[in-house]
Amino acid sequence: MEALVASAIGMMTAAGVYLMLRQRTFPVIVGLTLLTYAVNVFLFTSGRLATNVPAIYGEGAPGYADPLPQALVLTAIVISFGMTAVIVMMALGAFLEAGHDKVDMNDDDTPANGGQK
Amino acid sequence: MMSHWIAAPVLLPAIMGALIVLLMRNDLLLQRVFSLVASFALLAVSLALLIAASTEAPEVYRLGDWPAPFGIVLVLDRLSAMMVLLTAVLAVCVLLYTIGTNWDARGRHFHALFQFQLMGICGAFLTGDAFNLFVFFEVLLIASYGLMIHAGGKDRLRAGVQYVAFNLVGSSLFLFALAAIYSITGTLNIADLAVKAAALSEGDAALFRVAAVMLMMVFAIKGALVPLQFWLPGTYSNAPGPVAALFAVMTKIGAYSVIRFGVLVLPPSHPITGTLIADLMLPAALLTLIIGALGILGATTLSRLAAFAAVASMGTAFIAISAFTPASISAALYYIVHSTLAGAALFLIVDLVVDRRAHDSLRDALPPIAQAGLISALFMVSAIATAGMPPLSGFIGKLLVLDALRDSAALIWSVILVTSLIMIVGFARAGSTLFWKAHASAPEGDAPHHPAQALAFVAVGLLLAGLVGLTVLAGPVIDWIEGTSAGLFDTSAYINANQLPEVK
Repeated sequence: MEALVASAIGMMTAAGVYLMLRQRTFPVIVGLTLLTYAVNVFLFTSGRLATNVPAIYGEGAPGYADPLPQALVLTAIVISFGMTAVIVMMALGAFLEAGHDKVDMNDDDTPANGGQK
Repeated sequence: MMSHWIAAPVLLPAIMGALIVLLMRNDLLLQRVFSLVASFALLAVSLALLIAASTEAPEVYRLGDWPAPFGIVLVLDRLSAMMVLLTAVLAVCVLLYTIGTNWDARGRHFHALFQFQLMGICGAFLTGDAFNLFVFFEVLLIASYGLMIHAGGKDRLRAGVQYVAFNLVGSSLFLFALAAIYSITGTLNIADLAVKAAALSEGDAALFRVAAVMLMMVFAIKGALVPLQFWLPGTYSNAPGPVAALFAVMTKIGAYSVIRFGVLVLPPSHPITGTLIADLMLPAALLTLIIGALGILGATTLSRLAAFAAVASMGTAFIAISAFTPASISAALYYIVHSTLAGAALFLIVDLVVDRRAHDSLRDALPPIAQAGLISALFMVSAIATAGMPPLSGFIGKLLVLDALRDSAALIWSVILVTSLIMIVGFARAGSTLFWKAHASAPEGDAPHHPAQALAFVAVGLLLAGLVGLTVLAGPVIDWIEGTSAGLFDTSAYINANQLPEVK
């Protein structure tokens, strides 16, 4: 199971980083989303992988699954979900205002070239 | 004993932000009144906290009343009290400026976002829990996304997308680091981390080193340390002026976190990480300063000039921090206070100029702007402070940094001194294009009309008065900061305040 989870995290991170380096907004956002998935799974495994054990340690229990990373992961999921929603809205706004969805700012119309403020 | 008041800098803006967005979203006057009252109240509370913290040992406030390593705590010590006060001072000045220039009328929800931003910043300074630090980072970031694109516009929105994307990567990195640290130590309370990290077994060494460097990279992104500074110039130069001024304290959160973790959890004496952090940070900080200074010299617009000044100031601060000695940390703290006020003043003055000029390009001179005399005087004062020329506090700050780093004088001194010269030249070039050549290019005549905006000038004046105060009262301030730095290195006080249970 360790190998499966580890390779899943690795592949999601790699795909996320690759997409993040693209020129257009949409792949960048998908890449960021993949990266946050990878983070969430990684955070989940930081409490060690344990199956069929209770979250609260008691008499006679064979061990316990650390409940704290699960709480951390919930927080992280909520935050990354909210942030993704924000960046989608902002990217849409930028697309509608600029007419294209390139990520970089090296256009002829930036203020650096004497354009309007 | 301040007990419940420790939570006030977090709760007050949180409640006020919610009230403003729920009850007053259609009434700008009410928003202004409540936002101002809340900021002044924050100033009063943080002053009281500072006075309490400077006489008493660090104090812990348990959120939810769970004991330390299990529950989340806020910790008030001299360092956090100082940073909260700095935030409150900046907030009042920026808010006065915003109201004076009607920036808050150019878009919606400025005041609500402003209060949420303050909540995040104060929370980040006060929290004693690493995961809670992440949460407060996100609170201040999500508010800053809204503030960054306040009033809209194509360039601002596109710069905003870059800013959000960069910070989402930073947040992911933060979570990777926290998860790795938790998997090794089993705790995320900063004091508990300090205890457990000092007693790690050799088997965890490699993972811990990776986690430590990742954690510091996150703070370096926040603090705009080269090579992670790329988000800053575009963001700050495209953000609305007052928002960029408020952001002046955001880079300092990175510096604060580096100091907090670098002294408590990853000190140079740590058996596993050792001087790894300091060794990585010093060259990066020197490069940051050089790139910031060159950016000032080569900036094509006034806003980018101010943004690169912010980069350069972080470079100087990180150079001092990277030595991790009490003297260098106190120099860094003085310089952080100075550069926050100076940077904010510079951004506000830039906004005053840009508002009166057709565009903010520095390539060609334009006819004189309205109120040119007063604005040019303010620009000169803030340029002197930012570049670190006598007589203002920037000079004292750089002097302290130089004095604290005598050991490696040849390299560090020459970088700091040469970049100061480059910055002076850069500011002189910008000032002459803006204010002197303006008279040469246009015949003398009536300057174009522009409303006087007395309140805006008062706000800038208050920030500059803060710099003068920091210079005149340099003796007592430095004494106090040296006490703070000594308290910081006495890590047992911070750890004992958390009342961790005995490990059996």
